[in-house]
Amino acid sequence: MNLSLDLRGQAETLGQSLPALLAEAEHLAATLMLGEHGRRRAGQGDEFWQYRPAHAGDAARSIDWRRSARSDAHFVREREWQAAQSVTIWVDAAQSMTFSGAADRPAKLDRTRLLALALAVLLLRGGERVGLSGMVPKPGRAQLLELVAALEAVDQADYGVPDVTGMVSHGRAVFLSDFLGALDPLETALTAAADRGVRGLLLQVLDPAEENFPYEGRTIFESMQGGLRHETQSAGDLRARYLDRLAERKARLMELARAMGWYYHCHHSGQTAQAALLWAYRALEGGR
Amino acid sequence: MIGALAFTAPWLLLGLIALPILWLLLRAVPPAPVRRRFPAVALLLGLVDAERQADKTPWWLLLLRALAVAAAIIGFAGPVLNPENRAPGTGPLLIVLDGGWADARDWPRRLDKASGLLAEAGRSGRPVAVIRLTDTPDAISFQNAEAWAGRLAAMAPQPFAPQAYEDWVQALPDGGFDSYWLSDGLDNPGREGLAAALAENGSVTAFLSPRPVYALRPAGFEDGAIALKAARLAGDATEVEVIARGPDPSGIDRELARGAFRFAAGAAEAETRLTLPPELRNRITRFELLGQRTAGAVSLTDDSLKRRKIALISGAADREGLQLLSPTYYLRQALAPVADLIAGGLSDVIPANPDVIILADVARLTQPETDALLDWAGKGGLLLRFAGPRLAASDVSRIDEDALMPVRLREGGRSVGGTMSWGEPKTLAPFPEGSPFHGLPVPADVTVAQQVLAQPDPDLTKRTIAALADGTPLVTRKEVGAGQVVLVHVTANAEWSSLPLSGLFVQMLERLAVSTKPAQPEAKDLAGQTWVPERTLDAYGNGSDAGEVAGVAGADLAQAMAQGPRATLPPGLYVSGERKVALNVIGPDTALTAAVWPAGTVIEGIEIVKAQALKGVLLAAAMILLALDVLAALWVSGRLGGMAKAALVLLALATPQDGRAQVPDDLRAIEATRGVVLAHVLTGDADLDATAEAGLRGLGDQLWYRTAVEPEAPLGVDLETDELAFYPFLYWPISPDQPLPSTAAYAKLNRFLRTGGMILFDTRDGDIAGLTGAATPEGQMLQLIAAGLDIPPLDPIPPDHVLTRSFYLLQDFPGRHAGGAIWVEAPPPDAEQQDGMPFRNLNDGVTPVIIGGADWAGAWAVDQDGVPMFPVGRGYAGEDQREIAYRFGINVIMHVLTGNYKSDQVHVPALLERLGE
Repeated sequence: MNLSLDLRGQAETLGQSLPALLAEAEHLAATLMLGEHGRRRAGQGDEFWQYRPAHAGDAARSIDWRRSARSDAHFVREREWQAAQSVTIWVDAAQSMTFSGAADRPAKLDRTRLLALALAVLLLRGGERVGLSGMVPKPGRAQLLELVAALEAVDQADYGVPDVTGMVSHGRAVFLSDFLGALDPLETALTAAADRGVRGLLLQVLDPAEENFPYEGRTIFESMQGGLRHETQSAGDLRARYLDRLAERKARLMELARAMGWYYHCHHSGQTAQAALLWAYRALEGGR
Repeated sequence: MIGALAFTAPWLLLGLIALPILWLLLRAVPPAPVRRRFPAVALLLGLVDAERQADKTPWWLLLLRALAVAAAIIGFAGPVLNPENRAPGTGPLLIVLDGGWADARDWPRRLDKASGLLAEAGRSGRPVAVIRLTDTPDAISFQNAEAWAGRLAAMAPQPFAPQAYEDWVQALPDGGFDSYWLSDGLDNPGREGLAAALAENGSVTAFLSPRPVYALRPAGFEDGAIALKAARLAGDATEVEVIARGPDPSGIDRELARGAFRFAAGAAEAETRLTLPPELRNRITRFELLGQRTAGAVSLTDDSLKRRKIALISGAADREGLQLLSPTYYLRQALAPVADLIAGGLSDVIPANPDVIILADVARLTQPETDALLDWAGKGGLLLRFAGPRLAASDVSRIDEDALMPVRLREGGRSVGGTMSWGEPKTLAPFPEGSPFHGLPVPADVTVAQQVLAQPDPDLTKRTIAALADGTPLVTRKEVGAGQVVLVHVTANAEWSSLPLSGLFVQMLERLAVSTKPAQPEAKDLAGQTWVPERTLDAYGNGSDAGEVAGVAGADLAQAMAQGPRATLPPGLYVSGERKVALNVIGPDTALTAAVWPAGTVIEGIEIVKAQALKGVLLAAAMILLALDVLAALWVSGRLGGMAKAALVLLALATPQDGRAQVPDDLRAIEATRGVVLAHVLTGDADLDATAEAGLRGLGDQLWYRTAVEPEAPLGVDLETDELAFYPFLYWPISPDQPLPSTAAYAKLNRFLRTGGMILFDTRDGDIAGLTGAATPEGQMLQLIAAGLDIPPLDPIPPDHVLTRSFYLLQDFPGRHAGGAIWVEAPPPDAEQQDGMPFRNLNDGVTPVIIGGADWAGAWAVDQDGVPMFPVGRGYAGEDQREIAYRFGINVIMHVLTGNYKSDQVHVPALLERLGE
């Protein structure tokens, strides 16, 4: 009884929030579907790409007779290259991501989930296989619902640790996190990914409060779970040094990414999600 | 009590000892830190605070708190600044105010003092009575102080000195009472008696003002200059300025001259003289001492200062050696001291516009002279004619009454009591009532031996103002317009009568206002007349119209002149017929003496130092300090951010949002007049106003490109607040829910329309119902708005209207909607088309309104990049329509700026040529 009630409650929550998230992600993805889409080169796929004169070596069955009948030469119908890639997305769902610096701003996690799902929508539409860390990347729209369900997972730790399970060799990976915790696990994960020939993106999502440090006076700062604690007499005095450290952290991330052939980008939850999505999509595409 | 400071509860000050304890308590408590969740804390780890602040309250915060508590303690101890330390008396208290003109110099302070005394008496529960000595004495009743407080505030000084001291002595109640006398410091007859009577009843305290009293005596005329005297109670050497005021030529009261009295040390009187041209001198209505706001420092002027311009003209040529026989000798003697005499021919003196023209035995006047005299008399001149042998011999006014003679004359006149005739020379009858001479004593030795006789006429009795004992008229008078003609039936010399030899002659001239008396009028001068006050003075020396009040008898006025004005005879200007007499508070010999107080009188100053309770101030200071403490404490603990934001929001809400209202009108006026500024009426509909502005901007751009008109950026005009005179043209889009203009705005609009402005009304409904249909809400609104406007009859625009050719040649006038009619001022009904002329001659100014519904602004509107904002029609045809709309706008502006220039027939050939193309 209790179990079923709980289940039902969860299910209802799911039914309410997930399609909303999905719809939002679709909406966001739709803003990026500008004009033609594709690899823009001949290859394997379903879409017509171009006719070209038949060369020696072309299989007879590849000749497009209908086109060839209209002229003296033989033509081959080429299709657009549509190679599917496996993309593994890691969404940091740790407690630090639930932070929001202002009541009217979404938590970093919300933004991260939205970006992840929107990216997934785009990729799935492009015919790629997409999965979250620990999942097997699969193509098709049906995968979306699984992704949505998996995105609901919450990590109780203060800071998330990248998960490289389920990453396909020579696939793509997207790490979405604030990268505010220790960097060692990230380094390990990146090394592991590089070992498997995986390249990808580091998308750092920060709250504007973390970027500006708008605090004054006597303050005790605590991490979301209270694991870390720092007390200061005058928070305003710390600002410059904090910003230095933040810049240092970003530079380190950039350096890590470059060393591994990854891309790094910092996104603020105060900005529109579209810019970050555009960057992520371009970066994935350019990486190919 | 410490100096001027006292405490009502001094033992509370012991609480100040507790302050150091507070210091110890407060300094130990550190401000609590704020706990914040912050994921990036990992980056903060290891950062050390730059300055290691003690976990204690900062010293200034402690000081603030200590000050707040100290202020509260001192506040509750009830400090009083300047406490009253007069020993409270007992028994009834009489407060005496003089209430005369001299009190006016510091009346508010007297009232304050009196109310302070009242309040004090009220606190000690004494019954009080307040009397004002200028009032009519009445029974004095002691009441409680509150009852008097209101009445005291309503008391005002009177423009005269207290007089009825004896009656007040009678009115004093029996029994002991103390008296406070707020004296004006002047002694008046009988005042000592009252002081003595008060001293008998109890202690008397006199309050004296340190402000000096100055009095200005009536101005006199000595040796061609105005002699002024001022009086004061003796004191140090000082200087007081005197101002002569009067109307300037446009009738505005102004300072005409200024002098200064130099009082020597110890002197009570000072004199000064003002030399003024007669024109200026005759304008003076009052003298006043600068900075002295009392009726005593003001002296009204009357006829005594006037010097009339009198033209003396005699018919006989002057004969050498026979001066005493000259017709004008006695007149000259009588008038020379008091008037400015003009000699010369009649045609020479009339342009000088004299007050009086005296014709001594002048019979014949030429027609131009007669006309000039009539014209001059009609404007208020007095023509005084004397008879004589020439008049008697002539046939002037013999059969028909001459325009310049009051009566018809019998031929030859008569002669009585001469050597060749019977009878005694005739004496004068007493002057009848209604005559200007009424009241003058008739000396018995004035006889008339020869005179001209008036023909009996129905009007004769009415016109006779002096007669002989047998009833024959001696002086007759007739009104001519605003002036009059007076005929004295005898000669102006002693040939026919002894009248010119008597003092009566001079008095009669005075009564006729021919001459004026240089000195104060005496009783006999005033007697027998009723004097009506024209202007009266209040105690502060301000004049006001007396209004409709009963006149006073001359005898009473004469008495008041001698003894000073009274309640029934306030100082002012009194009028009887042509004469004016000023009754001033200070006469030529009114004594100004200092009051002397009987022995035993306590003398105090009138200056008051108010006891000021400081409790409220200190407690308020404590509250403010505590409020500051809250803010400071928040700031120290870093929690002020949110609060400051909230305060800013509150401030922003509290400050007026209408930024436009803060732009000074001058700046707007400069902006509106920098060049041609097209303006639109703000309707209150933001979209509509934005469209109108964009439309005028678009039209302005086109004007700039195509014509010599280079308009500035358009302005929105608020009909209620903005001046319309700067704009030649108003575009008024009609919105169905705009408010109707106020009456003032309508007045402004009508002035705008009448002075050549043009309003383009646009209902924006495509004129689907026509002007009269009112089928659309905009149409109905337009009718409502236009009801209050001064709009001439309108017609649909005729094909030859100047709007069709003021810049472009146009046939229709589309905006976003095409095909609607537009309405302009109807052509005059008699405008006819000439043969061979394509246009009627309609040279009749600019039509004040154009009414249509084509939504022109919509068609003209461009955004900031100059791109049209709204589509017009379809495709290129629509762009053509937009082009015509621009052309219409340009034609309208050209029509506004150049009027009917293009309507001039001069342009016809050129226009014909273009039309023919």
